Amino acid sequence: MTLSAFVRKNAFRNKRRSILTILSIGFSLLLLTFLITVWRSFYDSKPSEQSAQRLIVRHKVSLVFNLPSYYRQKIQSLPHVKEVVNQQWFGGQYRDDKPDNFFAQFGTDPMELLKVYPEYQIPQDQLEAWQHDRAGAIVDVGLADKFHWKIGDRLNITGKIFPVNLELTIRGIFTPPDPTQAIYFNKDYIDEGFSRLKGSEGFFAVLADSPDSVTTVAQAIDEQFRNSDKPTKSESEHAFQLGFIGMLGNIKAFIMSICLAVVFTILLVCANTMAMSIRERTREVAVLKTLGFTRNSILGLFVGEAVSLAVVGGLIGSIVCFVLVKGMASSGGFFTGMKVTPITMAIAVLIAAIVGFASSFIPSYNASKVNIVDGLRHIG
Amino acid sequence: MAIPLSYNLRNLRLRKSLTIMTALGIALTVATAVFIMALLAGLSKAFATTGDPLNVLMLRKGSDSELAAGGVSRDAMQVLRDLPGVAKNSKSEPLVSGEDILVVVLPRKGGTGDTNVTTRFLTPLGIEMRPQIHIIAGRWFTPGQREVVVSSSINRRFEHANIGDTVHIGKGDWPIVGIFDASGTAHDSEIWGDINQLVTDFERTVYSSVLLRATDPTVAQALKNRANDDQRLELKGLIEPEYYASQTRSGGPIKFVGWIVATIMAIGSCFAAANTMYAAVAYRGREIATLRVIGFSRPSILTSFLLESLILSLLGAALGIVLMLPFNGMTTGTQNQVTFSEVVFSLQMTAPVIISAVLFALIMGTLGGFAPAWHASRRDILTALRD
Repeated sequence: MTLSAFVRKNAFRNKRRSILTILSIGFSLLLLTFLITVWRSFYDSKPSEQSAQRLIVRHKVSLVFNLPSYYRQKIQSLPHVKEVVNQQWFGGQYRDDKPDNFFAQFGTDPMELLKVYPEYQIPQDQLEAWQHDRAGAIVDVGLADKFHWKIGDRLNITGKIFPVNLELTIRGIFTPPDPTQAIYFNKDYIDEGFSRLKGSEGFFAVLADSPDSVTTVAQAIDEQFRNSDKPTKSESEHAFQLGFIGMLGNIKAFIMSICLAVVFTILLVCANTMAMSIRERTREVAVLKTLGFTRNSILGLFVGEAVSLAVVGGLIGSIVCFVLVKGMASSGGFFTGMKVTPITMAIAVLIAAIVGFASSFIPSYNASKVNIVDGLRHIG
Repeated sequence: MAIPLSYNLRNLRLRKSLTIMTALGIALTVATAVFIMALLAGLSKAFATTGDPLNVLMLRKGSDSELAAGGVSRDAMQVLRDLPGVAKNSKSEPLVSGEDILVVVLPRKGGTGDTNVTTRFLTPLGIEMRPQIHIIAGRWFTPGQREVVVSSSINRRFEHANIGDTVHIGKGDWPIVGIFDASGTAHDSEIWGDINQLVTDFERTVYSSVLLRATDPTVAQALKNRANDDQRLELKGLIEPEYYASQTRSGGPIKFVGWIVATIMAIGSCFAAANTMYAAVAYRGREIATLRVIGFSRPSILTSFLLESLILSLLGAALGIVLMLPFNGMTTGTQNQVTFSEVVFSLQMTAPVIISAVLFALIMGTLGGFAPAWHASRRDILTALRD
């Protein structure tokens, strides 16, 4: 019998205990994989090629303040700037205030939007139809699927920030590389109902000529308006999105502390199981030693058993998490665009292996040290 | 006849390390649940304790928040001042406060990023209408000056938020001249300044909101309805506590993630507890058989082992609660889903939180302990005795 077969046989000697341990570790690892996924999607995600080339320009004090519309021409004339488009967050309500019916609505310039967001796929005729209808809108394909919208459908959106209610007609459906959960409409529509907004914009999206010039462009824009009445803050699209996550609170500390609690729980579960099974086998260890097994190989046997239990649990947990997140990501909401990558799963399984090793080392070491005579005399 | 509890206690003591490790596992799960529940309790406390039932908040019709564009016009404000049922102060001024809300971005301490902070501009009359708020350091702002006061939570949580520092708002720097204490209400997340100075700086033509005080709660309700029904005013009236209670939904994301985390961890802990209890049963096969021979019935053995599991989980609950005690009262912040700015709140381990934590542990103990206890009570006496 090889060593690995020996480990396998022992690991499943007490089937119920092994299965309970694996399930317990599996659930913990499911949670851990989930948390790592959230973490990575927030802080580790690489901006796409186009996103890395884009900047967001907003009022220096806060997004709540608007910028004058003429800033657009001024920004457009700066070196390394390819395209600029204005955008206004509308923050209206569709149907009711249930979070499920929430999506972003942006007032913008239909003639320019797709130049700054070239990665959005939309048929040319739909784009033109939108450009010709002042009350038209284009919607993300994901939203269209979720709400069963078709071209020509009417969308009624109640203004919560602005005293304007929109009655939009869907003129096009665009397909972005990553879900945006957004619809776009002509910003003039808000101006008509709320004239105070005329001549000002929520923020500008700027497409630079290459990802390398983003920093230079950001500095040039902020410099241009530094001493004006309305100074700007320009940052890459990615940094802008991270800023929003930051507002939710200290997410990093929140996730970290839960991860720590989870890892400790696995450690305890694993240590518990190994302590129980090693205690039962004190006499066996003595027999193995009598047969000529060295201390190190006995240590290896036990540690191997713990690590394999933990790894099996880890694999199950991360695979279940993969399936769950995949299912939830397609249903929209919080998980939109999240994915459990093989690297995330590998990290989770690796953590499981390390924890399995750490938890079994001390009881295994004690077992390997046992005196043959004492061990044989032991009554478990 | 029931098996005495001391039998279970002695057994738990006998296998000390096993008991402690299992209890610690349950403790960590309970601690996580307590953490999340205490966050939510703190958040709802901040909103639930804000506002006076005598105060009516007027917003622009159709808006939910003081931060929405458009607001209460100066004319509407005049109408509100003259409404019957509005309380007056000792100088017989009507207690009606036109207020303006802005958001400024401040860096959090410890480099965890910038965030929006609600800045409220009002007159001394508005301060008078909120008697629970008082200055704890420095002084109130002087009307007509670019001066602000910050709440004690803002002072603690943000860089450059001490007396002597300045906040840049609009056209100029506003020095901080005082720190106020809002005793855990939503105003604890705010900076306050003088409204007349702001109107000059920003050319604001409308108020974000108007707060008025009624002479009694029935009148408050009447004033609210009066404002809602008057088409001319284009206002939406809310009793102040109602407005703040609606903001409790800011805890939504925490609640959502919290539920997932607590449930998954609890299932994991159930399995771990089951494991320990199975081991406890296995070790005592002969003992259980002996108990049966002496005359203890199957149900009393089932109860006894279930009780043992419950004691184990209670031990875990106690440990978990003790683990979290040092964090009680710790302040943190999240985004207010109504005003899109920071709301500061503290972890509150209230009695309902503790009771829920204990119940949570007992459920884990029951779920984890039932199968092993059932197994123990069903074992065949003869085979067990022969083990």
